Amino acid sequence: MKKQIIISGFGGQGVMSIGKSLVEAAVDEGMHATWVPSYGPEMRGGTANCSVVLSDEPVGSPVFTYPTELIAMNLPSLTKFEPNVVAGGTIFVNSSIISQKVERTDVRAVYVPCDAIADQLGNKKVSNMVMLGAYIAATGALKEETIRHMLVEMFTGPKAKLVELNMKALEEGAKCLEG
Amino acid sequence: MEKELWKGNEAIAEAAIRAGVNCFFGYPITPQNEIPEYMSAHLPEAGGVFVQSESELAAINMVYGAASSGMRAMTSSSSPGVSLKQEGISYMAGAELPGVIVNMMRGGPGLGTIQPSQCDYFQATRGGGNGDYRTMVLAPCNIQEAVDMTQEAFDLADLYRMPVVVLGDGMIGQMMEPIVWHDIPKRELPAKDWAANGRRGRDHNNFVTSLRMDAPDCEEHNRALQRKYDLISQTEVRWEETDTADCEILIAAYGTPARIASSAVEELRAKGVKAGLFRPKTVWPFPSKRLAEIAGQDSVKAILVVEMSMGQMVEDVQLATKCVKPIGFHGRPGGMFPSVEGIMEEAEKLLKEVQ
Repeated sequence: MKKQIIISGFGGQGVMSIGKSLVEAAVDEGMHATWVPSYGPEMRGGTANCSVVLSDEPVGSPVFTYPTELIAMNLPSLTKFEPNVVAGGTIFVNSSIISQKVERTDVRAVYVPCDAIADQLGNKKVSNMVMLGAYIAATGALKEETIRHMLVEMFTGPKAKLVELNMKALEEGAKCLEG
Repeated sequence: MEKELWKGNEAIAEAAIRAGVNCFFGYPITPQNEIPEYMSAHLPEAGGVFVQSESELAAINMVYGAASSGMRAMTSSSSPGVSLKQEGISYMAGAELPGVIVNMMRGGPGLGTIQPSQCDYFQATRGGGNGDYRTMVLAPCNIQEAVDMTQEAFDLADLYRMPVVVLGDGMIGQMMEPIVWHDIPKRELPAKDWAANGRRGRDHNNFVTSLRMDAPDCEEHNRALQRKYDLISQTEVRWEETDTADCEILIAAYGTPARIASSAVEELRAKGVKAGLFRPKTVWPFPSKRLAEIAGQDSVKAILVVEMSMGQMVEDVQLATKCVKPIGFHGRPGGMFPSVEGIMEEAEKLLKEVQ
């Protein structure tokens, strides 16, 4: 298995963090993984993105032109990266703020109202975890237990209560794949 | 051993602490800021000294001072900052002082850009300061290698009493990937009986300087340095090669482009194109001898050099191989990096041209 994922959105939407979570979980599962952030002046108010590779084999190039999956958290990201997604790949769209549909017909489109679901859960900050849940459900790239384990390690002490909130966000994201 | 996820810059800083660095002196610049940031938090915990200096000049001269007294000293910066350190590096070479300098290269010239680049190859391998001197230049292509090389750099610097450069690029500094902390080979190191660290029962004062007013004395000093460099050229050359035994197109690259090229070689092979990769791990000393051998193979039709510059290592490839085979160049300067597809296209084009 080899996944080349672009995760892109506005600075502050947690796109870097989605990437880090994927890589951390993949490493926990014994896979090879790399995370490359876009860094630079474009991060101020513009679009931030990161490139993630998850693979059973050691990772050669950590950067790539054609992603197998695109996670678009805002419209500029969808516009910029949609043409590059490999045929048969998947585009995840944060449909809370992107009203457009995916134009390509040779890719799978998954619409996830990340912000609306996060609002329902009572914390806007988990919108990226909603998307992560959808990604894992759609690709089967990682096990849910691995993510739970990661969250338990991440949120300790007074923050421990955030584990359940984040798990709920993942579950709600996964549900977007149903129906 | 367990794999841990690390960001390149932080991993390098941790590696230096594990190697027993006593002092770190630095001045901020992107894309290497996580090195001094990590050092500021963790080096004092390990009993070392962290100083954010008032300038790059100050930082390298603090390294000179600390090294003179026998400490393991280090600085890090990125391209424009490393330019400012060249005088100090030349003085360290002249005074035969050990020290480790990390350069996370970014696009130039001048202030350039903060994105990854390899435009300081000439500066690192030829010596950016005055005088006939060399620094060892280690060129990691991933974070595992960056931490291994950083640890080894301190031993190499102490063993040969010279500045050692770890030449990375912004991508290695900024990216994250899993690494394993493992034991690295330790050198048997001579005592620092030359250090200016107090009389300590000696019958003389140790004096560390790069000044040699007497010309014959200075000539002999230069010859002695050269003997050291010749020895290093024999003993410390490192490289890695993949699929070179039967390759028709040999790709030569170091650092991040080598990593990207490794994927290109894999995909070319899958298409039936006999590609191979030659990756120098030390760019000074340059692995000339082995590269010349491969270039001389009947199978090799052409060599493609890939860099994040307008062509610097390509000159070492030309010198090493004496251009026995056609040499092509593919470079992305100014903060851009080559793509797997771009390398494949250039390799196939070059192969077609020579056939």
